[in-house]
Amino acid sequence: MLQFLLRRLGMVIPTFIGVSLFTFALIYLIPGDPITIMGGERGFGPEQRAELEAMLGLDKPIWQQYFIYLGNVLQGDLGTSYVTRQPVMSEFMSLFPATIELTVCAAIFAVITGLTLGILAAIKRGGLLDHTVMTISLTGYSMPIFWWALLLILLFSVNLGWTPVSGRLDVMFWVDEVTGFMLIDTLLSDEDGAFISALSHLVLPSIVLGTIPMAVIARMTRSSMLEVLGEDYIRTARAKGLSKRRIIVKHALRNALIPVITVMGLQVGLLLSGAILTETIFAWPGIGKWLIESIGRRDYPVVQGGLLLIATIIILVNLLVDLMYGVVNPRVRHSK
Amino acid sequence: MTETDKSLLVVNNLSVAFGTKDNPFKAVDRVSFHVEQGEVLGIVGESGSGKSVSSLALMGLIDFPGRVTADELRFKTTDLQTLNEKARRKITGDEISMIFQDPMTSLNPSYTVGNQIMEAIEVHQGGSKKERQAKAIDLLRQVGIPAPESRINNYPHQLSGGMSQRVMIAMAIACDPKLLIADEPTTALDVTIQAQIIELLLKLQREKQMGLMLITHDLALVAEAADRVVVMYAGQIVETGPASDIFKAPKHPYTQALMNSLPESSEGKDRLNALPGVVPGANDRPQGCLLNPRCPYVTDRCRAEEPEQYGPRGRQVKCFYPLDEAGRPTV
Ligand SMILES: Nc1ncnc2c1ncn2[C@@H]1O[C@H](COP(=O)(O)OP(=O)(O)OP(=O)(O)O)[C@@H](O)[C@H]1O
Ligand code: SF4
Ligand SMILES: [Mg+2]
Repeated sequence: MLQFLLRRLGMVIPTFIGVSLFTFALIYLIPGDPITIMGGERGFGPEQRAELEAMLGLDKPIWQQYFIYLGNVLQGDLGTSYVTRQPVMSEFMSLFPATIELTVCAAIFAVITGLTLGILAAIKRGGLLDHTVMTISLTGYSMPIFWWALLLILLFSVNLGWTPVSGRLDVMFWVDEVTGFMLIDTLLSDEDGAFISALSHLVLPSIVLGTIPMAVIARMTRSSMLEVLGEDYIRTARAKGLSKRRIIVKHALRNALIPVITVMGLQVGLLLSGAILTETIFAWPGIGKWLIESIGRRDYPVVQGGLLLIATIIILVNLLVDLMYGVVNPRVRHSK
Repeated sequence: MTETDKSLLVVNNLSVAFGTKDNPFKAVDRVSFHVEQGEVLGIVGESGSGKSVSSLALMGLIDFPGRVTADELRFKTTDLQTLNEKARRKITGDEISMIFQDPMTSLNPSYTVGNQIMEAIEVHQGGSKKERQAKAIDLLRQVGIPAPESRINNYPHQLSGGMSQRVMIAMAIACDPKLLIADEPTTALDVTIQAQIIELLLKLQREKQMGLMLITHDLALVAEAADRVVVMYAGQIVETGPASDIFKAPKHPYTQALMNSLPESSEGKDRLNALPGVVPGANDRPQGCLLNPRCPYVTDRCRAEEPEQYGPRGRQVKCFYPLDEAGRPTV
C-alpha cells in the first residue's frame, strides 16, 4: 500500500509542473503585454515602463522568470490583483469556501441520486423504472446548464416561490463569517431561521450544478452494476443461499463501485468548471464568479492564480480518488 | 437402482425453456433422474447438451425469462417447487451446494477467501466470528490448502486456479451439504491439477457420505468415479444406467460414439467430438430424434418420430434401435 501511495504521489508532481507551466505561459499567450494592461487607458511612459518591468522581473530571461514564478507559487505567493491590489491568494481563500460549499452540496446530490437511480435501474432492468431513469439521465446530460437553471428558477422560485433566486443568504440576516461556510456560520450565529435560509439558497444551484454529474454517475452505476450482476461470483453468492439484498449490497455494489469511483473523480473537474457558470447565474459569491469577472476586467494575476489553484485542487482530488480506488480494489493495492 | 421415498433427490420431467412463449427453446427437455445418499451420479454430454442449465434449475438459479417446469422436484421430503424464496434459500448453500467450472471468476475479487467461506457459515449456521474463523481454517485444511491460517487472508487473485477451486470446494462443503453438484469442476484447470481436484472431491464425498452430481465431458473419469451415469444430448437424457453396464455395452448410438471418441488415444479429453457436427442450438433442432442428423444408424422413422425412453427403470435408452451387446443396432 505504501508503494502504491508513493507511486501515485510521484505522478502528481509532473502534472503540477505542467499546469504551472501553462498558467505561467498564459501571460505570454494573450495579446498585449502585462505592463500595457496595467497602464490601462492612460498608459505608461518608457521610463515608468522600464521601472515596472524591473520591479516585476519581466526583464529577466523567460526561464528565470518561470523559476521565480514557481518559487513564489510554492510559497503561496500568487501575485497581486491589478484591480483590488489584494494578494490573489487571500482573495481566493476568502471566496473559496462559498465554492466548496456549493460543489460539495452538488456532489452530495449527484452521488446520492446518481447511485440510487443507477442501482435501482440495474436491479429493475428493462422495467418502467429503468427506462425512466435512463431518460432522465440522458436529458440531464444533454441539458445546457443555463437553460436548466432558468427552468428551475422559473418553476421553483418564480412560480412556486419555494426557493430564492440568487445569493447565499437572505439580506435580513447578519451572520459573522467564522468558517466561510454559510451552513456552518448560520448554525453558529444566533439569527433564527438563517440556517434554513442558507439551505434554501443552496438547493437550486446544487441541483443545477449536480445534474450532469448525477446523470453520468447514474448511467455508469447502472452499466457497471449490470456487468457485475452477470459475473460468475454473483452466481456463487446466489448458490450460497444469500439474500438478494446481501448479494446486491455486499457482492455486487462493492465491485460495481470501482469504475464508478473513477468516474466520480473525473466529475470533480466538471463540478469546479461547472461552478463557474452556475455561480454566475445564481450570483453566488465564489471563485467562479470571481474568475469570470477577472477575465472581464483583464485582471491577469487573478486569472492565472485562480486557474492554477483550481487545477491543483483537481489534481489533489484525483489523487484522493486514486487512493480510494486502492482501498476498495485489492488488486490495485497489491499490484506492484 | 430406482428412486424411493428415501432418495436424496428426485427429478421428474424437468424442463427449462428460454426464448419467447410462442417460440420456446427447450434447453432442458423432460429430464428425469434421481440421486441417492452417498452416491456419485455422473452426467455427461457434449457442450450445449443442457447439463449446466439442469443443475442451475435444481439450485433455483434460472432467471427470467427462463422458465422451469417439472412434475416433481423433490429433495429428501421437501418439494422444491412449492417452497417460497426464503425457504428455498435456506436449503441452497446449506443442504444442496454447487461448485462451478471456472474457479478464478467464481470467487468475489473484493473479499478474502476467509470472508467468503465464513459468510456461508454465517448465513446458514451463525456462530461467533471466532468459531466461524476456526471452522473456515479447518475447512481449508480439509481441502488440502497448506498454511490455512495465513491463506484465509488471501484475496482470490493471489491464488492459483487449483487453489481457487479448493477454496470453492471448502465453501461448498462448509455447511455439510447432503448433495453436492460439481459442474465441470476441472475443465478450467491445468491437466496436472485436474486429477488432484477430482480425487479431493471423491474423498470428501466418501467421508461425508454426500450425494455427488459430477458433471463432466470426461467419460473416462465418469467410468472410474460414478456409480450411475446419465448421458444427455440436446437437452434430453438419451441413456441412463449403472456406470459399469453403460461402459460395457452402451445402448444408445450417441453413448457409443462418445466412447469411441474416448482417447485411449489420450488428448482432447474435454473436447468430446463424438460424431460429425455439433449439438443443435436454439434454431436448428431437427424433427424426430434430435440425434438424427448426426446418427450413423438413422432411418426415416428417426426423422419423423421422436423415440420414447425404452427399457427397465434404471437402465433406459431413448432410441428406436438400441444397440445390442456387440454394439449393433437392433431392428
Ligand atoms: N440464459 C440462457 N438463455 C438462453 N439460452 C441459454 C441460457 N443458458 C443456456 N442456454 C442454452 O441452453 C443450452 C444448454 O446449455 P448448457 O450450458 O446447459 O450446456 P452444457 O451441457 O452445460 O454445456 P457445457 O459442456 O459447454 O457446459 C445451450 O444451447 C445454451 O446456449
Ligand atoms: S432413434 Fe434413430 S437417429 Fe435417434 S439415436 Fe436411435 S437410431 Fe439414431
Ligand atoms: Mg456447462
